[in-house]
Amino acid sequence: MIESVSPIIKTEDLSLFYGDFQALKSVNSEIARNKITSIIGPSGCGKSTLLRVFNRINDTIDNVKVTGRVFFEGQDIYHITCDIDSLRRKVGMVFQRPNPFPLSVLENVAFGLRVHGIASGSELDGIVEESLKSVLLWEELKDKLKKSALNLSLEQKQRLCIARLVAVKPDVILLDEPCSTLDPMATMKIEELMVELKKKYTIIIVTHNMQQAARVSDDTGFMLLGELIEFGKTSAIFTSPEKKETEDYITGRFG
Amino acid sequence: MKKLADDVIEKLIFICGITAIVFVVLIFVFLMKEGVSFFGEYSFHDFLLGKFWYPTSDPPRFGILPLILGSLIITLGASLIAVPLGTMAALYISEVAPKGAKDVLKAGVELLAAIPSVVVGFIGMVTLVPIIKNVFGIPTGLTALSGCIMLAFMAMPTIVSISEDAINAVPWQYKEGALALGATKWQIMYRIILPAAAPGIIASVMLGIGRVIGETMAVMMVTGNAAVIPHGFLESVRTMTATIAAEMGETVRGSIHYKALFAIGAVLFIITFFINFVADTYLHKNK
Repeated sequence: MIESVSPIIKTEDLSLFYGDFQALKSVNSEIARNKITSIIGPSGCGKSTLLRVFNRINDTIDNVKVTGRVFFEGQDIYHITCDIDSLRRKVGMVFQRPNPFPLSVLENVAFGLRVHGIASGSELDGIVEESLKSVLLWEELKDKLKKSALNLSLEQKQRLCIARLVAVKPDVILLDEPCSTLDPMATMKIEELMVELKKKYTIIIVTHNMQQAARVSDDTGFMLLGELIEFGKTSAIFTSPEKKETEDYITGRFG
Repeated sequence: MKKLADDVIEKLIFICGITAIVFVVLIFVFLMKEGVSFFGEYSFHDFLLGKFWYPTSDPPRFGILPLILGSLIITLGASLIAVPLGTMAALYISEVAPKGAKDVLKAGVELLAAIPSVVVGFIGMVTLVPIIKNVFGIPTGLTALSGCIMLAFMAMPTIVSISEDAINAVPWQYKEGALALGATKWQIMYRIILPAAAPGIIASVMLGIGRVIGETMAVMMVTGNAAVIPHGFLESVRTMTATIAAEMGETVRGSIHYKALFAIGAVLFIITFFINFVADTYLHKNK
């Protein structure tokens, strides 16, 4: 497998049930630090479910049962002692549809800072500026900070959602098909941004777009019907997959 | 044949649709006609700002300032109780309560709206009024405070029900986004949900206030009906609505007193029209 020098996230025998339906089947994986890991697979294969385990956002759905163990920085996040709010601060998420809050641009980026009491006053303004710069939005929006975030373009909204995360300085950024509502140009810009962000953060991206996975990620996991079929270096997965299913999928025989 | 049926049904529906508007316009015209003729005999200034309502003295005096202030103090007090209680209840029902409690509470609140106002007044009279009398050690419990409390109950269903709809309509994505940033339930409520639902909540409050200001029976039964300028919540007051209801039966049709009551009706109509207009503006803003 890949170099296993202290993975930032690790799953052991992870299974997840929505009521009677088993959405994840004994998933064992190791996510490497400061890399982009992509999870690919056909619709309904459990890739988003797996991503949503990492920040426990699945908890908001009724009747979810998780077995096995998930470690973040060595700590079992499904253990009773885990502080979910601080976990989510460290493991942030960007959703499929950009979901800026119905607040101003400034307040969107400041949201996490305020709820965690990280900064206020001029310090807060500084972090907001820095965060918007890191997603390359500052020049476009510096005069519109007080305007509603709902009036931005889709791509700007998605960048803003990333800026909102970056502001609280997470360790991991989870991206759940972040480009599926964007056009190719906007997608390209978000991909460039991901590569830029990799320097500071660990990124896990769920995508149905194989070219995207091949372009941006270092490691790739292929999922099918709730199982993690194959996991390894992106270059290896896309050129010489070990499993038949992986090969069938990436060569476009199904999915 | 089919075409004819279509036309007939279309016309019928049109008539049904227009009826409501025709009624409102007719009521307005009727109120204004009687009300305006009152001002031929009595000065507008003395009517609106006169401090004494002595309709049967000689000469009669028709100052409705005490009645307007009576209505205002009741509305203000009832809002102070019903608005925080109602919005918090709505927040609880839609965001905090477990599924089972949610359905029971919502049904309960809606049932509250179905209680006839005379029953509310009756219950207030036999339970609340004596309590207020004893707690504050005053000669009578028929006070503005009693009216405020009973009317707060009557405004609550409107406020809870419409606020709850507004809170429910806040897109789940906002909450999910906030959760994913590690915000607590309470932080999400007051930083995201309340601001996002604010137009709907304001509309619900305005409609609740509209209900309070127009309410007659319950308020007449518990407020003591003294037509004097109120100085506090522990005094008897009389509202505009109670005045019309209490005196209309005793007036001679066409007399100046009769017309004065219509003029009060017109003032009330204008106030409620304005409140509904504001509520409607916010309701549409929400969409």
